[in-house]
Amino acid sequence: MGTSWIIAKRELGAYFKSPVAYVVLSLFLIISGGLFFFGNFFIAGNATMDGFFGVMPLLLVFICPAIAMRLIAEERGSGSIELLLTMPVRDSEVVFGKYLAALMVLAVGLLLTLPFALTVAKLGPLDSGPVLGSYLGTLLLGGTYLAIGLLGSAMTKNQVVAVIVGWAICMALWLMGFLSSAAGPVLGPVLQYASPAYQFSKIARGVIELRNVVYYLSAIGVCLVIAIQVLESRKWR
Amino acid sequence: MNDAPVMIRVDRLTKLYGQNRAVNAISFDVPRGEVLGFLGPNGAGKSTTMKMLTCFLTPTAGRAEVAGFDVFAQSLEVRRRIGYLPEDTPLYRDMLVLEYLDYVTELRRVPAGERRGRIKRIGEVTGIMGVLGKRIGELSRGFRQRVGLTQAMVHDPDILILDEPTSGLDPNQIVEIRELIKELGRQKTVILSTHILPEVEATCDRVVIISDGRLVADGRPNDLVAREHADKFRILLEAGPVAAEVRGKLEAMAGVRHVGQDPSESDTLQFTITTDGVRDLRRELFRAAVDNQWPLLELDRKEASLEEVFARLTKSEPQTAGNKAA
Repeated sequence: MGTSWIIAKRELGAYFKSPVAYVVLSLFLIISGGLFFFGNFFIAGNATMDGFFGVMPLLLVFICPAIAMRLIAEERGSGSIELLLTMPVRDSEVVFGKYLAALMVLAVGLLLTLPFALTVAKLGPLDSGPVLGSYLGTLLLGGTYLAIGLLGSAMTKNQVVAVIVGWAICMALWLMGFLSSAAGPVLGPVLQYASPAYQFSKIARGVIELRNVVYYLSAIGVCLVIAIQVLESRKWR
Repeated sequence: MNDAPVMIRVDRLTKLYGQNRAVNAISFDVPRGEVLGFLGPNGAGKSTTMKMLTCFLTPTAGRAEVAGFDVFAQSLEVRRRIGYLPEDTPLYRDMLVLEYLDYVTELRRVPAGERRGRIKRIGEVTGIMGVLGKRIGELSRGFRQRVGLTQAMVHDPDILILDEPTSGLDPNQIVEIRELIKELGRQKTVILSTHILPEVEATCDRVVIISDGRLVADGRPNDLVAREHADKFRILLEAGPVAAEVRGKLEAMAGVRHVGQDPSESDTLQFTITTDGVRDLRRELFRAAVDNQWPLLELDRKEASLEEVFARLTKSEPQTAGNKAA
C-alpha cells in the first residue's frame, strides 16, 4: 500500500500538471450538466437527478478511458517505465497506484457536480438517498471503465491506441446491456445482468445491494489483474 | 584478481529476441570495489545485458546474481541494492528536479529525515543544486543526465549500473563525472557502458568487450592493449644500409611473418615487423642491427591504442577463442 500510495501521489500530480485532466473533466461537466439542465429537467419539473445519472453509463464510456489512457502507455512511450520498474516496486503496486490516481481524478470530477445537486435541492425537495446511491454507483461504474482503460493503456506505448482499446471494450459492454432485450429469453437476462449499466440502474435507485457492489469490484479486480499480467509479460521466458 | 567478494556474477547469460541472440552466453564476475567498463559497438548487447542485471528484462537462459541475489527469482532484493541510469535518461519531464528526487528517495525508502540531506550531498557532486527548482523537461541534455546520475546514487546503493553515463555532457562535466565514478568505485561496484574508449582507460579497472552479443575480451585495459599488440615491432635506422637488403635479412629471422617499410624522413629508414605470435623480438632485432652494423636509432614494440584493440575485436565476424583473454 505504501508504495502504491507514493506512485498514486505522483500520478495525481502528473494529471494536474498536464492539460489532460482539465480538458477531460471540463468535457465531463459541460456534457453532463448540459444534457441534464437543458434536457428535460425543467420540462419534467421534478426535483430529481435521474436525468443526470441516466447519461452516466454512456458518457463515462468515453470519459474514463480518456482519463486512464496515459497511465502506462505514456511511460512506455517515453521509456520512463524502465526506471520505474527497476525501482524496488512490484508490478502490482505500480498498477494499483496508477489506478488509484485515475480513480481520484474521477472522484474530483464527481465532486465538481455537487453544485448540480445543490441547485436541484434549491428548486425542490431532493431525495438524498437515490442521489448518494447514484454517486456511489457512478464511482463504481466509472471505476470499472477506468480499470478497462488502464488495461488498454498497459498494452501499448501509444496513448491513442490505448484510448481506442478502452473505448471499444467499454462500448461493447454498454451495447451488451443496451441490446440484451433483443438477445432472446435465455441469453438476454444473462447479458443484461453482466452489463455495467444494468448494475448501475440497480444502485441508482438508492438501494445499495452487496451483489451490485461485488459485481463492480470483481470487474475492477479482473481488469487490474490482467493489466498486471500484461506488464509482467515482458519478463516471460 | 583480488579477494573482494563478488558483487555481480553473470553466468552464460543469454537473451533472445525472437531468433535474434541479442546476448549470447556471456559470463563475467565483478568484485566489490571495481569499476567495470562495458564496451561494444551499438547493438552489441550492452544495454540488453544491463536491463537484465537491473531486472527489467528476464534472461532467456543462463543466470545473473547481483549482491548474491538472483535477478529473476529475487528481483526486489536486487533492485533495492542497485542504482540504475538507463540509456537516454528517461525521467518524468513534467516534474521539478527536487520533486522528482523526493519521489525517488521516497520510493527507495530513504527515511524522511534523511532525504534532503542525501539529495544535497549527491546533488552538490553532480552539480544540480542550481536547477532543483526547474522542470526536468526544460533542462539541457547534460543537466538531465546529471539528474539521472543523482537519482541513481541518492539512496547510496552498493551497486551502480550506468548505461552511457557521460553521454551528452560537456568535456568539463565528463571529467567531473569520471572522477565521481572513480571515487564511488573504491567502495562500491560499478558497471558502466560506453563507446568512448578514453573513458574506459580513464575510469575503469577492467573492461569487458562484447560484440554481436558475445564476450570477446575481458581484462585490464593495459593488459588488453599489451596482449593484442605484442606482435608488432618497429626499428628506425639511419640512412646508409640498402633498404631491400635490410628487409631481406629481417624477413629471414625466425618467427617473422611480414616486414613493411614505413615512409620516413630522407635520412632514415623505418620498418615494421609483424611476428607470427606473441614473441618478444627486440633482443634479436638489436643483435641483427649490431651484426649487420645498421645504425640503429630506435627500436620498440608497437603500442597500439585501445581503439585498435576494440576495432579488431568487434569486426563483424565472431572471434575465435584465441582472442578471448582470460
